[in-house]
Amino acid sequence: MKINRLAIYTLSLGAFALVLAGCGGNKTESTEAPASAPAANAPAGKTVDPATAGELTGTVKLDGAAPKMKTISTAAEPACGKSRTTPLTSEEVVTGDGGSLANVVVYIKSGLDGYSFPAPSTPVKFTQEGCQYHPHVAGMMVAQNVDVINSDQTTHNIHPIPMENREWNESQPPGAAPIEKSFAREEVAIPVKCNVHPWMKAYMAVLPNPYFQVTDKDGKFDLKNLPPGTYTVVAWHELYKTDPQTITIGPKESKSVNFTFKATASGD
Amino acid sequence: MHNPSIHRYALVTACCTFLLLIAGALVTSNDAGLSIPDWPLAYGSLTPPMVGGIRYEFTHRVIATCIGILTIGLAVWLWRSEKRGWMRWMGVAALGGVIAQGILGGMTVRMFQPPPVSTAHATLAQLFFSTVVAIAVFTSPWWSREHLALEDPKSPSVRPLVVSTAVAVFLQLILGAAFRHKAFGIIPHLIGAVIVTMLIFMTAGALKRRFPHVPELRGCAKILHILIGVQLLLGGGAYWSRMYAAQFPQPIAIMVALTVIHTVTGALVLAATLVTSLIVFRLVSPAKLAGESIRNREQVAQ
Repeated sequence: MKINRLAIYTLSLGAFALVLAGCGGNKTESTEAPASAPAANAPAGKTVDPATAGELTGTVKLDGAAPKMKTISTAAEPACGKSRTTPLTSEEVVTGDGGSLANVVVYIKSGLDGYSFPAPSTPVKFTQEGCQYHPHVAGMMVAQNVDVINSDQTTHNIHPIPMENREWNESQPPGAAPIEKSFAREEVAIPVKCNVHPWMKAYMAVLPNPYFQVTDKDGKFDLKNLPPGTYTVVAWHELYKTDPQTITIGPKESKSVNFTFKATASGD
Repeated sequence: MHNPSIHRYALVTACCTFLLLIAGALVTSNDAGLSIPDWPLAYGSLTPPMVGGIRYEFTHRVIATCIGILTIGLAVWLWRSEKRGWMRWMGVAALGGVIAQGILGGMTVRMFQPPPVSTAHATLAQLFFSTVVAIAVFTSPWWSREHLALEDPKSPSVRPLVVSTAVAVFLQLILGAAFRHKAFGIIPHLIGAVIVTMLIFMTAGALKRRFPHVPELRGCAKILHILIGVQLLLGGGAYWSRMYAAQFPQPIAIMVALTVIHTVTGALVLAATLVTSLIVFRLVSPAKLAGESIRNREQVAQ
């Protein structure tokens, strides 16, 4: 009798779980509040004096032949090809004239102790268009908002996979309002993917200061308004690696530093 | 005692579960596990847009729900009609397995596929499949028939040998799932492959040599030989295809096909070793009888 009752309970639980699996609750909404900027809570630090600020410029190059980027098949998703005139290709290695390298994050890793930099109020735009992310590498400050926009006539999911920040995964149907997010901690760089369209990959670089730039096809960067000091400058690329460089900027001084990544099969 | 309808129903459930394993493997190989960010609903509804990876993930969920319903039917039927108490509880165990599997599936989505949870989900899938296959065997007319007990005087006895093989295959499937879900590297799975191959060859060889005139055991040996051969080739092919596919920006057909077939053939190897174990335990007398008689002879000799 006792066993019969137990079995009935178990079967009822099974039925309930199936009903739950089939009928469920409301649509999942992100409840994560935008992360507050650590700098906002910290005591106000030094501010940059424009009268003494300098500038760091340079170019990033690839030494060696860039691998040929693969063509992406969007045959299974006609909506992806609608807004495109050229075939979709992967964007791991994008080079310009003379081996200049795009999608490299050049940033100040250290040397800015004591300064505080509030996050800009303007959000970074991160658009899904033609089933590709634009930009491929997005740079932003800690606590700065990023607006994820879907310009496609198909559904995407946006799934950043951070190591230091909180992971999230949200869907965005065509015509949906932008998804507004921010990251609470420095991280270079967070891979972002769409699991609906597995070729869609991008990166978000989250920096604690405004001294960063993502290179374009010309490989150039220009970090303005840099206070005098000695800095470790890092260039990050998703596939290749290069050594950081130390550079000292004097008052009102402009300096140049170039980075060269070696093209290797493995990326190392 | 034998109820042909419930046996057929269990067989249908096992076949549908095999389809579910294929659907689940397709989700993993197409990297579509998180294409539906919510659970238990999909994009907040029961009819998500069937584009890209959503097709794989949603199909997997629909088949899983059907298996859940089939399993409820199986558990209720067994509970109401089975005379063997342990068989009734096997139905309950299958139902518990499918519920736990559904919850693990939801956890993989909600927790962004942490390797331990994804590995547990893949492993429980194999266990559930094995449970349903075992129910199909236990409800079969063959099982309820009387059989002459066979003696197995040789060492190692086939009973522990076949159980060791089934356990090793199950552990190997865990290692495979852990590799597939990035919890481990390939080395443990390769070592497991060597051990499993040796055990299967030992078991199948022992069955063939010791029971050449027992068609069931000869058949089991043959199936085990074929499956392990095919599985080894598939394993090599699946690994090569993964390496080759790494240069492409999206999953390629050859990689998806080989990894999915390798995964579900693994389930077939487990099912085959399980069925072999059940048949061996049904037909072959425990070795201790033979062992005891040897000891008795030795005592007499002393």
